[in-house]
Amino acid sequence: MPSAEARVDDPPLLRMRGIGKAFSGVTVLDDVDYEVRAGETHALLGGNGAGKSTLMKILEGVYTLDRGTVEIDGAAVELGTPQAARRKGIAMIFQEFSLVPTLTVAQNIYLTRETRTRLGLLDDRAIERRAAELLAELGVDIDPGLPVSRLRRASMQLVEIAKALSHDARILIMDEPTASLAQSEVQALFTIVERLKARGITIVYITHRLEEVIEVADRVTVLRDGRVEGTVERSELTMPALIEMIVGRDVGATMQWAERPVDRGGTPLLELQDVSTARGVRDVSLEVHAGEIVGLAGLMGSGRSELAHAIFGIDALESGRILVRGREVAIRRPADAIAHGIVLVPEDRRAQGLVVDHTVQANMMLPLLRRLSRGGLLDDAAGAQIAERSVERLGIRTPSLRTVVRRLSGGNQQKVVLAKWLATEPDVLVLDEPTVGVDIGTKADIVELVRDLAGQGKAVLVISSELAELLAMADRILVLRAGAVDRSLDRSELSDEPELHRLVQEAAA
Amino acid sequence: MSVATRGFRGGSPPARRKVEWRRYVLYIGFVVLFLAFAITLGDDGFTSSNNLLNIVRQTATISIMAVAVTFVIGAAEIDLSVGAVAGLGSVVCAMAIDAYGVVPGVAAGLALGVLVGSINGALVVVIGIPSFLVTLGMLGIARGTAQWVTDSAPQPILSDAFNATFGSGDLGPVPSLVVWTAVAVAIGHLVLRRTSYGRGVLATGGNAEAARFSGVPTRRIKFLVMVVSSGAAAIAGMLYAGRLQSGRFQWGEGDELSVIAAVILGGTALFGGRASVIGALLGSLMIGLINNGLILMGLEFSQQQIVRGSIIILAVALAARD
Repeated sequence: MPSAEARVDDPPLLRMRGIGKAFSGVTVLDDVDYEVRAGETHALLGGNGAGKSTLMKILEGVYTLDRGTVEIDGAAVELGTPQAARRKGIAMIFQEFSLVPTLTVAQNIYLTRETRTRLGLLDDRAIERRAAELLAELGVDIDPGLPVSRLRRASMQLVEIAKALSHDARILIMDEPTASLAQSEVQALFTIVERLKARGITIVYITHRLEEVIEVADRVTVLRDGRVEGTVERSELTMPALIEMIVGRDVGATMQWAERPVDRGGTPLLELQDVSTARGVRDVSLEVHAGEIVGLAGLMGSGRSELAHAIFGIDALESGRILVRGREVAIRRPADAIAHGIVLVPEDRRAQGLVVDHTVQANMMLPLLRRLSRGGLLDDAAGAQIAERSVERLGIRTPSLRTVVRRLSGGNQQKVVLAKWLATEPDVLVLDEPTVGVDIGTKADIVELVRDLAGQGKAVLVISSELAELLAMADRILVLRAGAVDRSLDRSELSDEPELHRLVQEAAA
Repeated sequence: MSVATRGFRGGSPPARRKVEWRRYVLYIGFVVLFLAFAITLGDDGFTSSNNLLNIVRQTATISIMAVAVTFVIGAAEIDLSVGAVAGLGSVVCAMAIDAYGVVPGVAAGLALGVLVGSINGALVVVIGIPSFLVTLGMLGIARGTAQWVTDSAPQPILSDAFNATFGSGDLGPVPSLVVWTAVAVAIGHLVLRRTSYGRGVLATGGNAEAARFSGVPTRRIKFLVMVVSSGAAAIAGMLYAGRLQSGRFQWGEGDELSVIAAVILGGTALFGGRASVIGALLGSLMIGLINNGLILMGLEFSQQQIVRGSIIILAVALAARD
C-alpha cells in the first residue's frame, strides 16, 4: 500500500515508531509505526487480536511499551500513566462509559475540577453554566443539570466527548463509538465528529464497521497480527481492498447470498402461534423449518430481542403457543427451552452470554452441567474434551482452556458463546446480534457457521441490525414493528440492501 | 472453518503477571504463623498434640459454618445470621431434648435451621430483598427469640449420648468435633468442586444473568445456599450445646464475623464467583491458631482482638486479587 508520509512537511502530531509489546512471551505488537496528522480523522482497523487495543492502551498510558518511541509534535514523550497521557492532550472516549450515573452532566464533566464559591463550597450553578457553553459549542442539546443515568446512551457518549474537550484534549480516541447507537444517532455523531474536526481536534477512530470508515476517515491504518498492514488515503479507499487488508483473504464471497433449497413442506421445527408477552411482543406467529434461516429485522425497540426472550423462556408468555416439531411445549425457564433443543445466543455477550471471570472451559460447560454429571459428580474430563473440540471447531484463539474469558478478544468471546450452545447439540438456534463488536474475519466465520448449521438441518432464527448480514444469510426475513410482524419477505423477493433498509424504516414510520 | 489453523493465541493478554506466591499467601501465612508460635511458644505447650487438637475442636463450629457460608458468598450473597441461628439452634435443641428426648431434639434443631434458612431464602429470592438486610434482620430476630423463650437462662442437656456425639466425645482416637469438621469440609469441597450444583453456585456468583441465560436455576441455587447456611449454623449450635452441655442464647455470638473472615481469608471472592472450601477451613484454623497463640503468650483479651484484626487485614491485603 502507498504511504502518505512523503507529503507531510511539518512533523505529524503523533508519531509512534518501532513499537513493540509482548505479554508473557507472546508478541502482540511488532515494530509498529503509526502516525496521525494534526486535525485528521484517522481510522485504526484490524481484526480481533490484531493489536489495536494494545496500541491504543500504550497511547493512553495504560500499558508501557517494550520497545519504540512516541513523539508528539516532533518531541519524544514518556506516556507511562493515564495522567501523563491526558496532560499531553490524549483522551479516550470509552466504549463502556466512565461516567458516574448518579451525578449530573455538569458534575461529571468537571469532576475533581469543580468551581468553588468564596466559602470554598462547590458551585454547581457555575459548572452548569460552563457545561452548557461547552455542549452548545458541540451543538448538542443536553441539560447539564440532568443526572447522567437519565440520558440515552448516545447522549452519554456526547458528555464523554465534552468531558474530554474540557480537559483540552487534542487527540480523541474513539473506540467503537457507534456500537450501541441507533442509525439516526450514528448520523448525529458523525456531525459532531465533523464539528470536532473543524475545531482542529484530531480523532483516532476505531471500528469494525467499514461503511463508517469510508464515511468519516481521512486516512486509514490497518493492523494485522501485531504489524502494520498499511496506511491508505481516503481517495484510495475501497471496501474490498480494506477487507482484504484486514482479513488477509478475500471474504467478499462470504457475504454473497446464494439461494439454498429449503423444504417447507413438512412440520416446522419451531412454530409460534399468536405469542404475546408483557414485555411488548404482540401476537407473533412464525415458522422456522429444518434447514431454514429466518432473519428478524426491525429497529431498536421493535421487539426483536423480546421475541427471542419469549422463545427461550426468559419472559413468560401472556398468550399464544410455542410448538417444537408440531407439538406444543411449555417453556417457563431457559432450562425448559434447552431441554427442547432451543438455544439463545443473547445480544449482550458480556452481561448475558458469559461469566467473564471464569475460564473458557467453565463457560462452555455451563449449559451442560446436568448432562456432564455422572452419579452426582461432574465429569470435568469429559467437559474438557468437549471444550477442546469446540475450540478447534470454531477456531477460538485462546492460550488454553483454563484462560479466563475476560482475557479474550471480542470475537473470540463471541465464539465461546456460540461454542457453548453448539455443544448442547440444539435443533433450534436463536441468534441475537451474533456479530456485534466482532471483526470482519470473525463475522465471515459466523456467517459461514450459520449456513453450515442450517445445512445440517437445524432451524435458525437470526436477529441483526446489519441488514447486509441478514441478506447474506436469511432465506426469509420478517420485519418487526412495535412487537408485531409487519412483513414477511422471501429472500428472493428482495433485491438489495437499500430496499430492505427502506422496508425497515417504513415499518418504523 | 478456515481460521481453525491460526491456533492458540490470546486476544488481549493480561496487563502483567501477578506474582504467583500471592495465590498461596494463606498457606504460607499459616505455616509461618505455626512455625513462629511453635518456636516461641514451644515451651508453653503450643505444639503438644493436646493443644493442637484443642485448636481444631474450638474452631469446629466456625469451620462448619464457614463451609456453608463459602457457598453463600460464592453465590454473591451473604449470611450475617449464622451466629444467632447457632444460638437459637442450641436452645431449641436443648429444650426439645428435655421435653421429647435426644432424637426429636436433634431433629428440632435441624428443622429450626431449615425453617430460618427458608425464610431467609424466600425473602431474598421471591421478594428480592438483599441478603445483607434480610440476614441482618434475622440476626436480631433469632438472637432475640432465643433469649426470650429461655428467659435468658441456660438450658442444661443431661443426655450423655448427645454431649458425647456433639461435643466432648471421641470416635476412636479422634475427637468427635474433629470428625464433624472433617465430614463437613469433605462434603463441602466435593459439592463445590465436583457437582453441577457447586458449579452453578459459582456461575451464579460470577454473573447471575449469564448463568440464568445458560439454564442454571439461579433462583433455586440462591434459595438453597441460604437454607444450607442456616442448617449448618443450627448444627454448629448443637455442637456448642454438646461441648458446653447446654443450650444458651449467647452461643455463637459474633461468630458471623469470624466465619466471614475465615471464608474471605480462604480465598473466596467477597462478591462471588470464586470460592474455596479448603481455604475456608484453613482460614478458620488460622483464626483459631492466632487465638490460641495469643492466649498462650499471655495477652489480654483486648490485646488479642487488636492483633487478630491486624493479622486478618494483613493476610487479605497480601492475598491475590483480580
